[in-house]
Amino acid sequence: MHAETDILFRDSAAQALLDPQLRANFRRAMDGLMAKRKAQFPDPQDLQELRELSTAIRSRSLLNLPTLLEQLETNLTRNGIQVHWAETCEEANQLILGLLQARGAKTLVKGKSMVSEEMHLNAFLEAHGIEALESDLGEYIIQLDDETPSHIIMPAIHKNKDQIARQFSQKIKDAKYSEDVDELTAMARKVLRQKFLDADAGISGVNFAVAETGTLCLVENEGNGRMSTHVPPLHIAVMGLEKVVANLEEVAPLYAILTRSATGQAVSTYFNLITGPRGEGELDGPQEVHLVILDNGRSHIFADPQLQATLRCIRCGACMNHCPVYTRVGGHAYEAVYPGPIGKILTPQMEGVGVRHDLLHGSSLCGACSEVCPVQIPIPDIIVRLRREATHTDATSSVMGKGSGRTSTEDWAWRIWAGVLKRPALYRLATWFATRFGRALPGSAPLLKHWTAHRTKPVPANRSLSERMRAEGGPRV
Amino acid sequence: MSSRSAILERLRATVGGGPLPTLNPAVMERRHWSAPERVERLRKGMEAVHTEFLEAKPATWPDVVRTFCESEGLKNLLLGPTSEAGAALAATWAPGGTQLVAYDRPVEAFKTELFTSIEAGFTGTVGGIAETGGLLLMPGPQEPRLLSLVPPIHIALLRASTIQDSFWSAVQALGWTRSLPPNALMISGPSKTADIEQTLAYGVHGPKRLVVVLVDDLT
Repeated sequence: MHAETDILFRDSAAQALLDPQLRANFRRAMDGLMAKRKAQFPDPQDLQELRELSTAIRSRSLLNLPTLLEQLETNLTRNGIQVHWAETCEEANQLILGLLQARGAKTLVKGKSMVSEEMHLNAFLEAHGIEALESDLGEYIIQLDDETPSHIIMPAIHKNKDQIARQFSQKIKDAKYSEDVDELTAMARKVLRQKFLDADAGISGVNFAVAETGTLCLVENEGNGRMSTHVPPLHIAVMGLEKVVANLEEVAPLYAILTRSATGQAVSTYFNLITGPRGEGELDGPQEVHLVILDNGRSHIFADPQLQATLRCIRCGACMNHCPVYTRVGGHAYEAVYPGPIGKILTPQMEGVGVRHDLLHGSSLCGACSEVCPVQIPIPDIIVRLRREATHTDATSSVMGKGSGRTSTEDWAWRIWAGVLKRPALYRLATWFATRFGRALPGSAPLLKHWTAHRTKPVPANRSLSERMRAEGGPRV
Repeated sequence: MSSRSAILERLRATVGGGPLPTLNPAVMERRHWSAPERVERLRKGMEAVHTEFLEAKPATWPDVVRTFCESEGLKNLLLGPTSEAGAALAATWAPGGTQLVAYDRPVEAFKTELFTSIEAGFTGTVGGIAETGGLLLMPGPQEPRLLSLVPPIHIALLRASTIQDSFWSAVQALGWTRSLPPNALMISGPSKTADIEQTLAYGVHGPKRLVVVLVDDLT
């Protein structure tokens, strides 16, 4: 998608910076989220211990990944949940379409799921005549305007209530104009409760999948996740293959750090543990539950010991809330499903490091993201590593699209540089020219203009170091 | 080759992950309070997210539920007639006023009624969480899943003696770490959202009110 439009982060970020409304909306929201998170971790020692425990749990899960996935499959199957595997988004979409069509499902409600965003599932299903309605309030708001999420936890955070008030009054039948948040929420409740009642199927994501008991855990505040997974007769859950955790005990610390890091809540309203479809004697709950396990590049990320840390992510969004770049440009500028720091390392690894290497340069490497990350993903280190991968073709590297971000200009620049450095006479000649005429070079000169667009022009010294040493009687070098 | 084998094969091809890091759960195990403190903490945590509390004694809690329903002018109250809490409530419920409705049919038989005319649902709990505030529920044949979700008011019976220190200790005490029923859940308050400008709004999809009937059985 990116390759077709060829929008660079540099350009979309510059545009976003010019939008005062967008910047005000993000500034207010991110300041709020940062303050709320901070209030949840009053004791730095506790926080560090919890981060270390969470990091160790996620690292262990990854080190045991294939075994845990098989254990999860065995136990889910025993519990009556059917497991499907998909290598690509296309395959996952087809799988879900097949399940829906086989049961004649025409309408479905969705709980929030970033993996389904990754799959562009809604558009795919709609093209096949199936209505997929987002039921998370934020997702519902952006779906009304045919937008994508600008934040992984708060998808509609780029909009303020005036914008939402206008949108609801125009797009919801019989809705009157109101800027009252309670009234806006009530309007959405009314529409969506009818949809829950009528839906043929529900789709959800998964926050943690517990291998030992065969359980899917869903964290939420609104209740739309419970509605989507318990009201319709068919529930399909989708998850990235990294979501598995060994046992429920290990979920407890991850859950504790997830809600605190994400929204500054000690606990979410609901923590829903799904271990089976409607059981014997049960009067409600779905007749069928399916889980689709998606790879979509994750097994390639897994193959590299350093990059594997990317898969520790529990999708809390704290890296976004604290990123000096994200908080100023917002989520849409990234033109990617996962924005912000985690998106900067995830997107190039999933879509190919050459396709999206522009994202890797939209970072000052300040380290705020890794400082707040609940599972201590070294995001800046991974950004630096991927910058190299984008322009180098190391034979042992498993990074998708490695080296494909190297441009012919860069290639020639390095060749010329190497050629000059290998020939002392040529090098001396080049430095002589640079020291005498470098100042006269206009900032708008080819190549140099990319540097001077945002920075002052570098000014070479009047004499090179070796010239000065010679002039002052030092040895000739 | 199936996608399953292809994925697992690729994952297995990754070698030399190193030793498994050890887990130090000290931070989880430090959370301990006395029984009365647990009650206070749970209440404080849940009240902060708009949960309402009604105080009751072991012998008289059905009256407390009744009084609440009458004072709110509720037309009906849905419950699981064979659940322990549901049966106890039904046994003493005098006719007139709020009408008890039994959730005793498959949901398909009364989905519309459930969504449109039931005003409140009543459930028991299997425990509570002191650290953060929260109720633990185990829906099942006696107490269907939607009882605590669809009606606009959820009334939950909580015995003070069942409150655990933390979610960490609760899942161990209840044996949830080894096996789980088809559905189990924790609830800390009424349904809420902050998706519009970070402004909290209650009652978005699930219950608009959560009312805990807190039974003091500590003495």
